[in-house]
Amino acid sequence: MSDLTQAALAPGGGRTMQRVRALVRSRSGLIGLILIAMLTILSLFSAFGWLPHDPVAQDPPSRLQSPSLTHFFGTDQFGRDVFSRVAAGVANSALISVVAVAFAAIVGTLCGVIAGFYRGVSDGVISGVTNVLFAFPPLLLALSLASVFNRNWFTIAVAIAIVYVPIFIRVTRGPVLSLREIEYVKAATSTGQSRSRVMFRHVLPNITSIIIVQVTLSLSWAVLTEAALSFLGLGTPPPAASLGSMIFDARTLVSIAPWTMIAPGVVVVLLVVGLNLLGDGLRDALDPRNRGKK
Amino acid sequence: MLSTITRHPVLSRVLGAAATLLGVAVFVFIMLRAIPGDQITAGLGTEAAALSPAQRASLEAYYGLDQPLLVQFFTWLGNIFTGNLGFSSRAQESVLDLTLQSLPVTLELALFSIVLALVIGIPLGMMSASKPDSPRDAIGQVVGLAGLSVPAFLLATTLLAVLASSFGFNPNGQAFARFFDNPILNLQQMLLPAIVLGFGIAAPIMRTTRTAVLEIRSNDFIRTARAKGVPPRRLQVKHVLGNALVPIVTMTGLQFGYLLGGAVVVEQIFSLPGIGRQVLLGIQQKEYALVQSTVLVIALSFVLVNLFTDLLYRIIDPRVRAA
Repeated sequence: MSDLTQAALAPGGGRTMQRVRALVRSRSGLIGLILIAMLTILSLFSAFGWLPHDPVAQDPPSRLQSPSLTHFFGTDQFGRDVFSRVAAGVANSALISVVAVAFAAIVGTLCGVIAGFYRGVSDGVISGVTNVLFAFPPLLLALSLASVFNRNWFTIAVAIAIVYVPIFIRVTRGPVLSLREIEYVKAATSTGQSRSRVMFRHVLPNITSIIIVQVTLSLSWAVLTEAALSFLGLGTPPPAASLGSMIFDARTLVSIAPWTMIAPGVVVVLLVVGLNLLGDGLRDALDPRNRGKK
Repeated sequence: MLSTITRHPVLSRVLGAAATLLGVAVFVFIMLRAIPGDQITAGLGTEAAALSPAQRASLEAYYGLDQPLLVQFFTWLGNIFTGNLGFSSRAQESVLDLTLQSLPVTLELALFSIVLALVIGIPLGMMSASKPDSPRDAIGQVVGLAGLSVPAFLLATTLLAVLASSFGFNPNGQAFARFFDNPILNLQQMLLPAIVLGFGIAAPIMRTTRTAVLEIRSNDFIRTARAKGVPPRRLQVKHVLGNALVPIVTMTGLQFGYLLGGAVVVEQIFSLPGIGRQVLLGIQQKEYALVQSTVLVIALSFVLVNLFTDLLYRIIDPRVRAA
């Protein structure tokens, strides 16, 4: 019995390929995938140090130069290369967002599944904490948390993660509540499997598509939150490059050196657009109601 | 007795909101405790190191820091219930007075932004839904995606830079005017920030409207109404939009709540003395009593807005009342 259900449920290679194909076929999914792939490559270049210039090296004689072959996106008021800084900013933003969302997804999903599957006291406590965290506007909560910790990239990631944990609790708890009443889960329980085994083998695999979509969308919010925090001066401390603080610095330069604003501005929008499109594409590709459609 | 209260649809919501608020108070209190150093160090900065042990002890007694944590918590909570939110030493004003000045600014901005967002978002959503996968749907979707993806601070800085440098239009460069002192300047100062926030909020409202309208249109009662000969415009507004209102109201309430405090970036850029900016200033100047109480007020307003939205369904949707 359990082998049969597992065979039916397991996301085997065939199904995965089908979904990838569905994702690529949807226009928004494909555009999102391309954008994110390009920006990932850009941030990997930064991580390996393969940038044309050092993103924090100042060179006063060549400050505020317009875009050229030596400086693709020009230079800023300290003569730093804007292209290299944008690449480093994307890498910084990606690092913080990925760590924050990974933490939020793991903790949030675990809590959501436990609350929905075991009900009782654990549900009461987890749902109560969720309601409390939901009572704060997200940016304000991230701001207050970021001010509590000593600031570095990791504490900012933790502050953002705490804000997004309740979202994962809420999106997983509901489906688990209805899953635990479905026959095959009851059957698995009645065959004498332990509750945690049922939870991990039969319940969790059925909400993976919900989690994947939520991860993508949360990544886009995390990028925006990190950028807003660093714009307000509560993000990654200088001189490290961050897209938000670059835009903040460019405010007063925009009339004489518009590239200092355009480059980080366009890149942050592309990053968020890419993640949003990928999220929408994944939602359509993973939605069983769309299966079999072109 | 208890079960009649917990089963009562309205009372149980109110009780739930009260419980959440208590949790919020505990959370805010713990967060303040987690700050490295304490109120004395935060208030005095480096001078705190020069305090003699006796001076420190007397200051601790003054702030109540020598009491057990539980006592400190309930003293703080009791103070809040009597309207004593603390004192801001930099502004030389009570936090209550500061909040009474900043909250109306944020409320006005939020209201302004929500109206703009609804005016843009609902027609756009209906336009998109009227013909899925058509060019007009694509336009709606692209505008929606832009609203979700362009950070408010980027739009705000760009607008400000372009309008101020090219047209010399910068009402926010002047000192902030309250609505009842100078309504014309006040509305001018609210215009750009409301456009920025309204554009961002129009996106989720547009998406919610589109999804809801598409779902409702596939129902049998719409086909029946059409067969009965209901004119298309009336069908769209009364039958389709009327039924789509619940998710739209939910999204609007949620976004309105986010704006209380979530508008901090826009308030900062346009120098609006709102409540979000009050928190930011408190953080920058390390006035934690100010931060603590203001965050609590914001969370309180947020919970109240959600409660109000919840109760509003019962008026809009008779089915919720029956359930």
